[in-house]
Parts: sequence; structure tokens; C-alpha cells
Amino acid sequence: MKTQGENIMNQNKCPVGLTRRELLARSTAAGASFVIGAGFLASPNAAWAIETAVLKPESMAALVQMARDIYPHDKVGDEYYVIALKGYDSESTAPAVESGIEKLNARARAAGYENYVSVGWEEDRVAILRSIEEEAFFQQIRGGLVTGLYNQKEVWPIFGYEGASFEYGGYIDRGFNDINWL
Amino acid sequence: MTAKFDHSDDSVVVVIGTGAGGGVLSNELAQKGISVVALEAGDRHYPEDFINDEWESFGQLAWTDARTTSGDWRVAKDFAGLPAWIVKSVGGTTQHWAGASLRFQEHEWKAKTTYGEVSGASLLDWPIDAAEMDPWYTKAEDKLQVTRTGNRPGLPGNNNFRVFEKGAKALGYKNVHTGRMAIASRDDSDRIMCQQTGFCFQGCKWGAKWSAGYHDIEQGEATGNLEVRPGSHVARILHDDSGKVTGVEYFDKEGNLHFQKARIVCLAGNSFESPRLLLNSASSMYPTGLANSSDQVGRNYMRHMTGSVYAVFDKPVKMWRGTTMAGIIQDEAGHNPSRGFVGGYEMETLSLGLPFMAAFLNPGAWGREFTTALDAYENMAGMWLVGEDMPQATNRVTLNTDVKDQWGLPVANVHFDDHPNDIAMRNHAYKQGTAVYEAVGATRTFPTPPYPSTHNLGTNRMSAKPEDGVVNKWGQTHDIKNLFISDGSQFTTGAAENPTLTIVALAIRQADHIAREMSAKNL
Repeated sequence: MKTQGENIMNQNKCPVGLTRRELLARSTAAGASFVIGAGFLASPNAAWAIETAVLKPESMAALVQMARDIYPHDKVGDEYYVIALKGYDSESTAPAVESGIEKLNARARAAGYENYVSVGWEEDRVAILRSIEEEAFFQQIRGGLVTGLYNQKEVWPIFGYEGASFEYGGYIDRGFNDINWL
Repeated sequence: MTAKFDHSDDSVVVVIGTGAGGGVLSNELAQKGISVVALEAGDRHYPEDFINDEWESFGQLAWTDARTTSGDWRVAKDFAGLPAWIVKSVGGTTQHWAGASLRFQEHEWKAKTTYGEVSGASLLDWPIDAAEMDPWYTKAEDKLQVTRTGNRPGLPGNNNFRVFEKGAKALGYKNVHTGRMAIASRDDSDRIMCQQTGFCFQGCKWGAKWSAGYHDIEQGEATGNLEVRPGSHVARILHDDSGKVTGVEYFDKEGNLHFQKARIVCLAGNSFESPRLLLNSASSMYPTGLANSSDQVGRNYMRHMTGSVYAVFDKPVKMWRGTTMAGIIQDEAGHNPSRGFVGGYEMETLSLGLPFMAAFLNPGAWGREFTTALDAYENMAGMWLVGEDMPQATNRVTLNTDVKDQWGLPVANVHFDDHPNDIAMRNHAYKQGTAVYEAVGATRTFPTPPYPSTHNLGTNRMSAKPEDGVVNKWGQTHDIKNLFISDGSQFTTGAAENPTLTIVALAIRQADHIAREMSAKNL
């Protein structure tokens, strides 16, 4: 558990190239992200953008959608999911991811859609994921997200979690017993 | 003042492990003028080194050497390589423990007599009882400065406790308070009081919580009679033709093998590593492993009936603020078979940070049912359920010769199946824990499965008769008189209480016995 998660976390410590860029984009069919030319992927609201090194940008877009469907948090922006997944964009990991995404797209096509990200409703995408949830690819992505997503300190405030407290002197004078609605 | 003993010095007592058992035993022996070499697989970590970050701290402190699992317990599926969340460090798991320090109840020393025959369980009475242990418990409480013992006040209740307490009282529970905790509730000469920081499991950065690592080990070293060798992984215990142990072979950090001679060897490596070492020390004289003529080494592994209940409310709780486990309901701790099971359980406040909540709330779960729970993290309260589980001969630690650790030694396989009594107790505890929170208006509750084990007990159990267990009432092995077991693996049964205080009390008592026997030239 720790090994896989922490390895992925460590991979994510390398620069991820998040930038805000003006977009001249064409969107994919119905997904939340845009593919702009070779290797460039950005969100429609310009909150994040990455250049993929090895993965096809469409595959990274599908991976982000898949991650959102596994651990959907409507208040958590795509950029945090991208950070959690960026480690898969490497020579050693990309082939398995491309293969996994292709199988995912094949399932979507079998269900009558163009590909995974073009499935409009989360419920329908989740049904596709349920059909592969025992497979290694799904479990690798899911397992990696447990630490890759939730262990980002930048994500914690979205959930109200305050993180380390020692440097602030603990909570002895900062509300350890401040509940006021009981 | 730190002592330095020669490898060929056969007058020393070698203690393997420096946690609640080994760390305390080392200090207690050193205080009596006995020369001790303590071999510890982990490194030294002091309060200033601890990290207020769950995963980073896990990487710093947790024992992550290879282990394997089998059996029907869910941990074997969700955390197949991590049967336990315990620590590799000077101070062992006392660096990480929550601090809950409870005495066994009187009847729990006599589980077989009290509960009678339980099908499938290998229950046994301890060869010691509450009266025998009373003075040792008092010494242990004073050493750990346990709140609500002596004249030490209780800790103040945090937000998580206040929700828990209100629910408990609404339900009619009477025995609810902020616990008996080895955490300073006032400033003392050698300890700063609890600063309500949280992160008790990550090591207390104030040193307000007792840990063998920065209390007993430092005190022992100050006597000049204790040498601690961190980074020492013991591979084998050796013996002579008469069957007595002569010392131990261990790897240092660089992988060099050393032999340390010993007059007495005390094994306190926890309930996985202690039986593993006995089994890995098999010889032509002891072909099934040391101290194993009974075939009991590794058997009767207990991990407590555990589980958690988390609940979401319509307003914030911020359960992570303050002492992690300073809250207890003891009304279900007694033996009341009308509930459908023998033995009892404690309910104790608990919180996890967001990263660990994501990993442990419902391992493997995904989708909105799971993520909406985390969305409400700020509004969550939590409790841990801990009760007596049934010893079973087939729940056991064995050697997995297919998997080797970094030293090439077969690793421990941990096999565990829940006993029907464990399941009945867990279901009852889930129901009661849920009721506590519903009584304060919980909008959603989560019966959360057991985490990797923190209480690991029983794999070298204490017994009156040599054929029933591995050690006698002093923790001395039935087979080899200068070989002792000094950790939780000597537990005959698990009782409902967090085990550290009892491990400490047994270690203090064992030190007294060893010193007496050494003086009398019996050892």
C-alpha cells in the first residue's frame, strides 16, 4: 500500500508544468478538458495545462476523467487530479496506461459511445468502470490516487483539514474544544 | 555515561527490542546495576524529529519490512503486506501509541474460568491475577504518569470527545471520561503538558506522551549500565550443548553479522518478530525452533476485536484537533453474555487526518458513496472499538520461506480468521457506536473495518503448564531457563483493554524477577 502510493507521490514531486495559458482550443467531444495540438492538454477554464511527454494527450484527458469518476469531489479542481496522475506520463508507465485507456475506450464504444470521455453522465461512466474494477489497471490508478490526490497539502483546505499544528503551538489556545452547537 | 560492552562479554543481559516491553525492561535492569545490551532494529527518533504529517511520519517510523498475510480477515485483502501498523524505532511502538493506559479487569485474568468453553477458542487462564499485578500496575502508572491514576488529573475533552460524551450520556452510558492516558495533563518536572496538537500517532513533538524511546531508554543509558545499539536486526539466538542460550547473531546497519554473547536473552520484538526469531533459530537440538516443545510458538495470535465508527453531522466537529484518543466509554467493557458474546469492549475517541481517512475509512471503496463521506470530513466525529478477541490455535505466525527480508531471512506470515465471538462483538459495537452518534444528531454513520493491527498479542503465550504455552508466569520460557519473552506476545488472553500498560507492568515485574534470580545465581 505505502510503497505504491508513496512511489507515485514521489514521482509527483517532479515539476508538473502547470501553467495558465491562453487557449486556442478545440474541445474533445464532451470531456472536461481540451486537447490542443500535439502533447498539450489544458482545462477549459485555464486553471491548468500540461504538456504530456510520452502519453497521448487524449489518454491523459481520459485518465483525468477516470480519476474524477473514481474519486469525484466537485469542489476539487482538475489540476489536483492532474498532479496525482502526472507520474504516469513516463517511458516506463505510459505503455500500460495507453493499453488500459484503450480498453476503457473499447468498453465505451461497446456501450455505444465514441470513447470514455464522451460518455456524458457520470453514472454511465461509473458503470463502465465497475466492469473493470477488479483489473490491475483500475486498481493501480485507484490505489495511486489514495495518496496522490488526498496527500496533496493544497487539497486539504478544500476539505477543511488543517494539517500540521505543532508549529502553531497545537490547538490548546486555538479551539481544540470550540464546538458550539452541541 | 552510555555504556559500551564487548561482543565477547558473556555477563550481559541482551534485550531484543526497545518498545513497551524491551525498553522498559532494559531501563529497569540497568537501574538495578545489571549490564544490558539492547539491540534495536530501528533508529533513534526524538520528539524534535517527529513529523506532523501522516504519510511522511509513516515513512519515518513504521515497520515496513516484508511480511505476508493469510486468512479471512479483511486486512489480508486490503493491506496484504502490512498486517500491522507498528513501529521500527528506538522506543518501538510506544513512539506511535495513543497513550490509553488501562488495567485489565479482574475477570479477564481468568478468561477460561469466566467464559467457560467457547467452541473453536483456545482460552486459558493466566497464571497470574489482578491481586498479583496490582502493585506492578501502580509502578507502571507512575512511570507513565497516567492521568486519573495517582493524583493526576484527567485531560480536557476536545471537540471529538464532546460529541462522543454527549451521545454517550444521551444513551444512558455512565462511565464516560477523557481516559487514563500516559500523556501529561499538567506541567511536571520532566514533561510539558499536552498542547492539544493532535498527531499523537505520529510521535508527540512536545514529549508530553510517554515513550520508552525518550524516557526509559534515556534513563537507562544515564545509569551507565545500558548500551543501546540501534540499527541492529537480530537474525538468530544461539545455544550451547546444554540447551541454554549463549547469545545472539545480528546484522548491523551495514549488513555485517555480529555475535553478542549473553548471560540471559530477553526477547521483545513484538508478536510477529518474537515468534519469527524463535522459529528462525531452529537447530538440531531444537528442530522446531527455540522454546517450542509445546508447538505453541506463533499460535494464538490475537489482535483485539477492532473497528471504528465515524459519523457525519450537519455542523463542523474538527475532530483532528487535540489529543487523539482522550475519550472512553467503558460501559460495554464488562462480561455480559446476554449481549450474545463473551468478553467486552471499550469505545475510545479516535480521529484520522484526511490522508489516512481516505486510506482507511473503507479501503478499496470508490465513487460518490465514498467521496461524499470525505467531503464531510470537517463535520466528522470518530471512535475506535477495541475488545477481547478469542485466541485460536490456528491464528498464528509462521515462517514464509518463499519470501525473504533484506537479510535473506524468511519473513513472518500472519494468519488470522475472525472467531464468531469476534464478529458478534464487532456487530454489537458497531450498533452501539452508531447509536452514540445518532443520539447527537448524526446524519450519516460509517461502520469502518479494522485497520492493520496495532495490538499484536499472544504468539508466545504465558501458561501454568509447559504444554499449554511458551512461557511461565515470569515470562521465562518453559524450555530454556535463560531465555525470556518480554513483550505482548506473552499474553495468555487479550482482555478488552489497550495492552501497553500491561506490557509495561509485566516488564517491571520481570526485571525484578531476573535481578533476584541473578543474585541467587539461579540464572
